[in-house]
Amino acid sequence: MNELITSTAAQLAAKLSAKEVSSEEVTQAHLDRIGDVDGQVHAFLHVNTEEALTVAREVDAIRAAGGEDAAGLHPMAGVPIAIKDLIVTVGQPTTAGSRILEGWMSPYDATVIKKIRAAKLPILGKTNLDEFAMGSSTEHSAFGPTRNPWDLDRIPGGSGGGSAAAVAAFEAPLALGTDTGGSIRQPGAVTGTVGVKPTYGAVSRYGAIAMASSLDQIGPVSRSVLDAALLQELVGGHDPFDSTSLTDSFDTLAAAARSGSVEGLRIGIVKELGGEGFQPGVEARFRDAVELLRGAGAQIVEVSCPNFKYALGAYYLIMPSEVSSNLAKFDGVRYGLRVLPQDGPLTIERVMGATRAAGFGAEAKRRIILGTYALSAGYYDAYYGSAQKVRTLIQRDFDAAFAQADLLISPTAPTTAFKLGEKLDDPLAMYLNDVATIPANLAGVPGLSLPGGLADEDGLPVGIQLLAPAREDARLYRVGAALESLLEAQWGGPLLAKAPVLGTEKTGGVK
Amino acid sequence: MAEITRDDVAHLAQLARIEMSPEELDRMAGELAHIVDAVKSVSEAAGPDVPATSHPIALSNVFREDTVGHVLTPAEALSGAPDAEEHRFRVPAILDEE
Repeated sequence: MNELITSTAAQLAAKLSAKEVSSEEVTQAHLDRIGDVDGQVHAFLHVNTEEALTVAREVDAIRAAGGEDAAGLHPMAGVPIAIKDLIVTVGQPTTAGSRILEGWMSPYDATVIKKIRAAKLPILGKTNLDEFAMGSSTEHSAFGPTRNPWDLDRIPGGSGGGSAAAVAAFEAPLALGTDTGGSIRQPGAVTGTVGVKPTYGAVSRYGAIAMASSLDQIGPVSRSVLDAALLQELVGGHDPFDSTSLTDSFDTLAAAARSGSVEGLRIGIVKELGGEGFQPGVEARFRDAVELLRGAGAQIVEVSCPNFKYALGAYYLIMPSEVSSNLAKFDGVRYGLRVLPQDGPLTIERVMGATRAAGFGAEAKRRIILGTYALSAGYYDAYYGSAQKVRTLIQRDFDAAFAQADLLISPTAPTTAFKLGEKLDDPLAMYLNDVATIPANLAGVPGLSLPGGLADEDGLPVGIQLLAPAREDARLYRVGAALESLLEAQWGGPLLAKAPVLGTEKTGGVK
Repeated sequence: MAEITRDDVAHLAQLARIEMSPEELDRMAGELAHIVDAVKSVSEAAGPDVPATSHPIALSNVFREDTVGHVLTPAEALSGAPDAEEHRFRVPAILDEE
């Protein structure tokens, strides 16, 4: 395979600044790869060829001219990136994976997009997702599912399956995702890639179409821990356009990833995130990772988070409640689809009903109705009110756990990638995929998923999740990078080198 | 099993402004009862002394300078509207004639 597409973002950045390659060559190589394999993978909803090449040539021209402008280029300038189609972009459609926004062009850029444009990263396109980020498989996208590059009959996770699959299939070195209950980390786990949900508020949400505002978080998707750190530093920081944005500085993430060590750290295994419902191959790779960390000088302790058993229930009350409110704005008046009722009087109320019936898919409707129910008079205290109390209990569980351990570790998802269609008709089975990732969103703490190897029973990727206290994102990157290098030393290279060959290069390849 | 009837769902769908067919109402009633059963344990988890958390990292008094920032032009704001006229969103009748 072309070395330009298998390189990490950090490697590409170094080659670009040493003028060993041009950004146009790098960007074109990725666009060619998209042309070659995306018919199989379907990671992209829109490919941004012209603009990406224009930005790439601009970077090349600045670098060629030298002087102050070249010196002032961002270190990542010219490294291409893909964007989850929940994040608004001027000049490209933003659909949120929904018919209700099909073809919609945002009149403004998200803050993270402004930062990416300022740093001059060519944007390759917009990636597929479950409608409004509601799902764990991308099968709820109105535009068809994305397929897992490890096995095209299996799901790439969700909701950010498009971003994870794009990175896993070498269609992009970097991507942005959003994580409300695991939508960055779980796709990372099942595609053998890295995904990080930063501390709530560490990256601006301005311009990320809101699903559940108190849980949503934009974060990096990549093939290495260092790349994720570089991307979080690039898009993070305080933003006056997001009133939940933190003023803390998060500028030591890449340095933490480069220093990667675990010596003397206390790492806690969460008793409740394992056992029943977890696939044996997932648990085996998890135990291997823990032993590697122990061997490298970490102190392993067991911690208990007794209220985590209520996390899934609290999440499926709080999230739909916020969904029912956030999605009220899709009313057929201000943007997107408008559908007229087939008969009867043409009132705005009936137009809204017809528009939302036609524009939303089954899962979006299910969550809106569930949220409307949970917020109804008579049920509010028992459901929404109780769920908010559970949120306090989960934060207390984290506080107690972090008094005993510097960092927590668990499998990211209970299973490896399942077959497309397998859980589509069983919402509860689908919801269980996020059982280990949801607590971090409820408490606002950062979480990182990295590849932990392949499960013995099916040869598919397993994800290892690290969780740190709020604002301690750097700790995730330090330990994540250390574990990554221990694992890669065992494998003799990155896990994705073991992935089946896709596209025209398939001739004579494996599988 | 939680008691959620088809009429309950019809009422919720009306509140949420989503038109639903009779088949959709039946299916949704079944699914909703199933999901509510799975999540209702939260009401046993916390006693009256536990405070509620609405926001993972609480911030208060987030202000900005009272200055005019970048705002959308009327053309930009209306650019995605299904129907617009004279710098305004155009909507069907607000009130039923009956």
